[in-house]
Amino acid sequence: MNRKAVIEEAILPPFVALLLAAVVGDLLILSFGQSPGAVYKLLLEGTWGNAYGFGQVLYKATTLTFTGLAVGLGLRAGLFNIGAESQLAAGGFCAALVGLLLPAGIPALLCLPLYILAAGFGGGIVGAVPGVLKARFGAHEVIVTIMLNFVVLALLNYLTSEKVHVPDTLHTPELKSGALPRIGDFLEPFHGSAANATILLAIVAAIVLWWYLFRTRRGFELRAVGLQPRAAEYAGVSVAGVTWRALAVSGAIAGIGGLNYVLGYKHYYEEGFATGAGFLGIAVALVGRNHPLGIVLAALLFATLSQGGLAVNALVPKQMVDVLQAVVILAVSTSVPEVRRLLRARRSTDS
Amino acid sequence: MNAMDFVAQTLRIAVPYLLAAAGGVLSEKAGLIALTLEGYMLGGAFGAAVGSYVAGAPWVGVIAAMVVGAALAMLYATSAIRFKADQVVVGIAINLLAIGLTRFFLRLFFDSSSNSPRVPGFEGSGTGFVALATNPLVWIGVIVIPVVAWVMYRTPYGLRVRAVGEHPAAAASVGVPVTRVRYIAVLLSGMIAGLGGAYLALDQHQFTDGMTAGRGFIALAAIIFGKWNPLWAGLACLLFAAAETLQIQLQGTHAIPSQFIEMIPYVLTIIALAGLVGRAVPPAALGKTASE
Repeated sequence: MNRKAVIEEAILPPFVALLLAAVVGDLLILSFGQSPGAVYKLLLEGTWGNAYGFGQVLYKATTLTFTGLAVGLGLRAGLFNIGAESQLAAGGFCAALVGLLLPAGIPALLCLPLYILAAGFGGGIVGAVPGVLKARFGAHEVIVTIMLNFVVLALLNYLTSEKVHVPDTLHTPELKSGALPRIGDFLEPFHGSAANATILLAIVAAIVLWWYLFRTRRGFELRAVGLQPRAAEYAGVSVAGVTWRALAVSGAIAGIGGLNYVLGYKHYYEEGFATGAGFLGIAVALVGRNHPLGIVLAALLFATLSQGGLAVNALVPKQMVDVLQAVVILAVSTSVPEVRRLLRARRSTDS
Repeated sequence: MNAMDFVAQTLRIAVPYLLAAAGGVLSEKAGLIALTLEGYMLGGAFGAAVGSYVAGAPWVGVIAAMVVGAALAMLYATSAIRFKADQVVVGIAINLLAIGLTRFFLRLFFDSSSNSPRVPGFEGSGTGFVALATNPLVWIGVIVIPVVAWVMYRTPYGLRVRAVGEHPAAAASVGVPVTRVRYIAVLLSGMIAGLGGAYLALDQHQFTDGMTAGRGFIALAAIIFGKWNPLWAGLACLLFAAAETLQIQLQGTHAIPSQFIEMIPYVLTIIALAGLVGRAVPPAALGKTASE
């Protein structure tokens, strides 16, 4: 298949999806007696139209980039990681625990590696469990990661509420070291928005993942297993090894995403900060076609929708964007195979 | 609390699980992953509240719940079968859609972001078993598992469902209309699981945002823990409900942290999938409509 065909198949479905989402959005807006044009204008103004809104988009896109990369890495190996939500939470929790042990006043750059390790470890453990169960017993990772979400979130709830919380809250005490600078500290218009230096970590993570997938032997093996596990096995790749490693690394990536909240925003771990980020990570990976660059762009799209909901809440219920996000996922997942089929049918009649 | 109260409370908690699991077994046996149970239930709960509120009669709510469940199921079946979309992705999208739509229409119909006004339910008199016995949805919940088991193992349609879930190509070669069998199974699963949502809303006399609270996934866990056999899945529902009743009983005593009892269904399911206590083997063609 030539390059143009590949790009067509990658670009067309998201556009079909956005078009469909816009139609559904119009219907919802009209049902509330508002004008679609006014609502979309407000949505854009409240997100990309001012520094604060844009900062919030960047903040949300940072978390979604991590969960999107996590899901995308899994899918490259043919594995569906639905556990990104609990991996994100576990990463944030482990980072907060390490932070509580560290004395005050250590420069952020010195303790950052420690935090990254802790968050990656927390998420990585949660990811490794379904990985090992799949590699060793063939337990389907979709069900195991879903079930593990509930187990891990209940466990974190227990640990937080019984062991380390501040009385009358659902969060840990505040960390005394390692807080990452916010963009608002340097650029006044961004003041108040949660966008912080974790953005750089997300970009680095995307680049490293790209390099790993497309420029290393391990990455090649991983993609081979995702495309044709039997052929890969025959060629000497350990499918079991790739399986558990891919899910462990996937979990670790999601876990590091927890730093965005714990180090960049609140400086403590709080119950429920990860809610929904795992499922949206699936949407991000899907729309981004499991490519790191696509994932970053898709994370920006979904973050824009999330923040846009708040911006339009005066005219229509912010819940509208929940519907639109679901419509985008539905439309992309149905149009990807359909577009591919149509394009290939057209090409075969052309030639 | 005496033993009878414990059983009554367990049954009360189990009814929505039984309904959702009965629907889910049909869908999974036909080869379509029942990740969508949570969405069917949530949509059904909302439909029940709206129907009962508008008509002032709970039966209208019950019918509305089945309609909403069927509509979501139709969307799922069409995406997965006609458009060959990945079942897991579509399933998650359907659940998100159910959350989004119920929230949006909660604002539109009732101008609230948390709950609907009070709606009529099946007003029973008395407590314990007497209250349960006056609720027709409880009766439906009790018989739905045996009915599904009977359909699955004693009727031609059930045989076809099992055939298309195990080996669709072989089923097609002997003249089974694979696509139609699947659409019907998924539609039925949406309607039955929708009833589970209706039970929740009518029992609490209102719809509240996210009121299914993961019950659809507990039902899915019960299906897997019951090894895709409707009767065993029903028993798993009762087991999980009994654990929940125990959790409510132990609340405040700090004997076992409630979070650990919450985990029971999920941990058991993971153990069953790993094959540590008798292997749970899914229908062979489960989840594969995209590549057929």
